[in-house]
Amino acid sequence: MVTLGSAGCSGWVGVRVAPGTKRLAAPKVAVRVVCVRTVESPVSYLTWVYTECMLVGMSVPFALLGLLEREPSHGYDLKRDYDAFFGRGKALPFGQVYSTLARLVRDGMVSPGELEPGAGPERKRYTITDVGKREVEDWLDVPVEPEPHLQTVLFVKVVLALMLGRSAERYLETQRRAHQQRMRELTVLKRSGSPVDALLADHGLFHLEADLRWIELTSSRLDALAVSVQS
Amino acid sequence: MNQHPIEAASHPGEALVEARDIYVSFGATPALRGASVTVASGEIVAIMGPSGSGKSTLLHCLAGILVPDRGEVMFAGKPIHGLGENERSTLRRERFGFVFQFGQLVPELTAEENVALPLLLGGTRRAAALEQARQWFDELGLTGLGGRRSGELSGGEAQRVALARGLVTRPDVVFADEPTGSLDSLNGERVMNLLVGVARQHGTTVVVVTHAPRVAAYADREVVVRDGKVTSAPMEAVLT
Repeated sequence: MVTLGSAGCSGWVGVRVAPGTKRLAAPKVAVRVVCVRTVESPVSYLTWVYTECMLVGMSVPFALLGLLEREPSHGYDLKRDYDAFFGRGKALPFGQVYSTLARLVRDGMVSPGELEPGAGPERKRYTITDVGKREVEDWLDVPVEPEPHLQTVLFVKVVLALMLGRSAERYLETQRRAHQQRMRELTVLKRSGSPVDALLADHGLFHLEADLRWIELTSSRLDALAVSVQS
Repeated sequence: MNQHPIEAASHPGEALVEARDIYVSFGATPALRGASVTVASGEIVAIMGPSGSGKSTLLHCLAGILVPDRGEVMFAGKPIHGLGENERSTLRRERFGFVFQFGQLVPELTAEENVALPLLLGGTRRAAALEQARQWFDELGLTGLGGRRSGELSGGEAQRVALARGLVTRPDVVFADEPTGSLDSLNGERVMNLLVGVARQHGTTVVVVTHAPRVAAYADREVVVRDGKVTSAPMEAVLT
């Protein structure tokens, strides 16, 4: 059974792996969601993939669980900490914080405290349970799926361009520029931001660089590829 | 100090270095075939391209190291391709700084003496030259290494000494050819951070040849050389 949060890419996915046992998983499915979103335009594609979605592999529920393992917290403080460490210009909606907490409570990973008096939003202090701590530990132990996104839009565009006799070279050059521009932006972030900003920027930079190497290599092979695709 | 022929001052945003439709061949092998590029004062520009594309040759022409077979090279609005070797040498020493892939420090000299070298060659007295050279050591994270010879420096340290040597004359333009090519990621990043940081601070123009996108990402923009021609158009032409 797979359920996807209403926030799409930022949502979380629950996969039932054994009767009565709910485990959290995210990266693979989330990346596929990203690919669906990529058809809009090259620019939104880049923004989508290389800023917000760097965080998708981590996923919101694990991040909240991890923050709760650090210390019990109210929903409001959790959101503030999440935004500070992982938000990067895309704040976590309150609704998502509380709906995620509700699921974590339901699954026995988080324990809610008593309702505390006070104005404003719900004031409960949430505490991670032993089950939740094990979940965080298991998640940290499991490597992220190393399989690259073999069916990326970049790949599809190149193959289709070659198949239709259109200019794959022009597309690759446009994509190269867009990638390089994004790398410049991330380099600025890295030079001007905190060490945590630099860490995130580096992650994006290395991935973009890998794409650029592929673009460069593909550009030099277009003639042979065209023969192969059109035959 | 020799009088060099280019006296025109440059202003931020104005074209400072320019190649106009230049051709260079090495024997029967064409390296540049009608390459044109303009770099504005204060700009940091990366020249990218595959191996053998002609990017280093383009840099050497812009820097007055090579004279093109055809076409024009301008610095601060004045043609430099017609200057004699001595005049170009003076221009390079006084207005340009250089950083190469392998620091190319003089092994017999200390790090301080290496940094002071462009000043000494320009006629600055030894004590004053060494004093100016020492000022760069703290800024580039080389404190305490001034007395070492190149063999006693790590790769990253040697490249930062080379960077100091490229900057010590406060040049208008720094030409860097694969400045991080021999370094690991961390040291390469440090060199680029320092180069870009100093350039931004002093309004120095930088032209850096690199095949590495991560290095090019420190620049304001990149131009791409393929088969001896500059192929890239301005970003606006692509994204709008």
